[in-house]
Amino acid sequence: MATTTLSPRAESYRRSWVLDWLTTVDHKKIGVLYILNSFLFFFAAGILALVLRSELAVPGLQFLDERTYNEAFTMHGTIMIFLFVVPVLAGFANYIVPLQIGAPDMAFPRINALSFWLLPLGGLLIFSGYLFGGAAAEGWTSYNPLSNKTYAPGVGTDLWIIGLSLVGTASILGAVNFIATIFKMRAPGMTLFRMPIFVWTVLVTATLILLATPVLTAGLIMLFIDRNYGGSFFEPAAGGNPILWQHIFWFFGHPEVYIVILPAMGVVSEILPVFSRKPLFGYKAFVFATIGIGLLSFSVWAHHMFTTGVVFLPFFTFMTALIAVPTGVKMFNWLATMWRGALVFTTPMLFAIGFISMFLIGGISGVVLASAPIDFHLQDTYFVVAHLHYVFFGGSVFGVFAATYFWFPKMTGRRLNERLGKIHFWLHFIGFNLAFFPMHSLGILGMPRRIADYSPNAGWTIYNLISTFGAFVIAISIVPFLINVVATLINGERVGDDPWEANTLEWATTSPPPPYNFDRLPPVRSERPVFDLRHRHVDEPGHAIVAETEAQP
Amino acid sequence: MSAETPAAGAPAGVRPLVAERREAGMPTPLVGMLLFIASEVMFFGGLFAAYFNSRATHQGPWGPPHPAPELEILPVALPITIILIASSFTMQFGVWAIRRGDTRKLKLWTAVTLLLGVVFLIGQLYDYSQLGFGISDGIFGTTFYTLTGFHGAHVFGGAVGLTILLARSLQGQFSARNHVAVEAISMYWHFVDVVWIALFTTLYFLR
Repeated sequence: MATTTLSPRAESYRRSWVLDWLTTVDHKKIGVLYILNSFLFFFAAGILALVLRSELAVPGLQFLDERTYNEAFTMHGTIMIFLFVVPVLAGFANYIVPLQIGAPDMAFPRINALSFWLLPLGGLLIFSGYLFGGAAAEGWTSYNPLSNKTYAPGVGTDLWIIGLSLVGTASILGAVNFIATIFKMRAPGMTLFRMPIFVWTVLVTATLILLATPVLTAGLIMLFIDRNYGGSFFEPAAGGNPILWQHIFWFFGHPEVYIVILPAMGVVSEILPVFSRKPLFGYKAFVFATIGIGLLSFSVWAHHMFTTGVVFLPFFTFMTALIAVPTGVKMFNWLATMWRGALVFTTPMLFAIGFISMFLIGGISGVVLASAPIDFHLQDTYFVVAHLHYVFFGGSVFGVFAATYFWFPKMTGRRLNERLGKIHFWLHFIGFNLAFFPMHSLGILGMPRRIADYSPNAGWTIYNLISTFGAFVIAISIVPFLINVVATLINGERVGDDPWEANTLEWATTSPPPPYNFDRLPPVRSERPVFDLRHRHVDEPGHAIVAETEAQP
Repeated sequence: MSAETPAAGAPAGVRPLVAERREAGMPTPLVGMLLFIASEVMFFGGLFAAYFNSRATHQGPWGPPHPAPELEILPVALPITIILIASSFTMQFGVWAIRRGDTRKLKLWTAVTLLLGVVFLIGQLYDYSQLGFGISDGIFGTTFYTLTGFHGAHVFGGAVGLTILLARSLQGQFSARNHVAVEAISMYWHFVDVVWIALFTTLYFLR
């Protein structure tokens, strides 16, 4: 149902299609650019993952030497986190948040364009190490002394530092923009507690980015000074302290985990009510849980550093376990939303349910690792790799695909094919579990992360083989997805403005929305203005009687 | 459901946008500047944390490496501190002037503030040349130059902002109603000043 009639579109001055996209300051086009750019980096880093898994499938060094293996996992981790998961969610937020709050654009459109264009630049700088004698090879965490001039003499690490600083700056500018937009640009009637949950999660995420990322920038600058100007921040011989890098990195790095997961939680919280035909259970509890996770995330960084021996274990164990409480509240919200709902198992709904189940496993292994005595056993083993992939991939990336299937009709006016979507989901889901579940066992058996080879007598071969097989199943699952996107863009089913009968304001405009988003807005009297509009005759006098009469056959 | 076209002749349900959009509260550019300053606080927070962490884990006496003399507030550090604090006042006089619509005083005070900022930077560079140790001379040198250097870079950024402000005020772009850039740059300038006060106290008094 069309809920807005739009005036004839304003004529814009003519320019070429390419120039239009390169110079655009429209939040929707920038959002699409973010998403496309992120998926390109996703495919690049995904190919690196296949290379890594191929090398590990059986004992022995088949394809890579240790140095290239180290470069590959460093690039895989860095690119996946900083140039795929964070920016792709920022891309959806860019597209959807102004629509959901009824705004014509972001608060600072040109800064918005700047924060996008810094991303491909930073990403290419990080990758460009391959052209100048080898990329960074210290892992995405770049611990000292691995990353100092002695052990990483190449320019690749410097390019990694510069590229990452640019990406961080892009995130910070984006965060300023999101917070200003959400506080200053909301439609009349949209109070904070009527904002869609996705907007809430983006608000908390942006706050975390704003406060955590500058600390990483400071750390990167220290590392750069140590490497290039004879500084000694992390150099014990000159009075420095390598553990300082770990403190700084994880003070950023743990909020980063929530930067990655919170918007995906927001996506899932938009999708579940729509396909359960119920409002989100416990809206306010969900909001406070989101804020609680944001606050707690700044007090748990040292659980990455239990084995350094310099952190107070009981405090960080307690705080880390405490984060499971607001997260558990959210689990309860989601399950109660689905409980006795009229569930419709569309592809976005499948990915949302996939998110909940996989994130649950990742959350449980997280609480296991929060326990210091167990962490001493599992630190830097494949158990940690399994855990982080269950939250990053099973959590965030499932959320990304849920968002893609859910909002594709809004962005293009066409719905992705459901049959191909379901093939994609099931291959993805099965491949994901085949790839990452055996890693729990590998970790418990003692296989360290970041090794290129292992002994055939270690008993790890079968699990590695299954894991590699799963990685290729994930890769194959991307094929129906890509076919689906291309085929739908060419010849997809046109589904109108609100194909899912959803709740929030983005569905109150046309698909795709015009440059100015809304001509007129429905009144906002709850967190579900489009639902209210669809059922507004309920408020009209005499409606109840009419309904009763209609009920009689 | 499908028969509903609410916007066509249903004003009770749907209302026009533009007139009602809120303008109350702080202007959006100032919100943006405050948020940016919040991120800058965390950036300097990271650098200060590195300073205190290094100092806490450091073995032996803390201070400039051996042949270099101890840090002294005279003849340079204290005077440039007073200059920078004074520049915060002159900046604020400019803001108050333009709030009254006094563009002549705005130009004057902006120029004075810019001049004081440049004098601060020159003084700091002169101080660097006299200290007798460098960024590669142990952990104290590294933290000292990183912290003061990044503060200096921010003063330089503020001076660039002030130059733009001066150019725009000379072109008569500001008025009592329309001067949000003046307010934003002044916030940033005060922030840079506060960072210096924290830095000065940390380096010269907390010994």
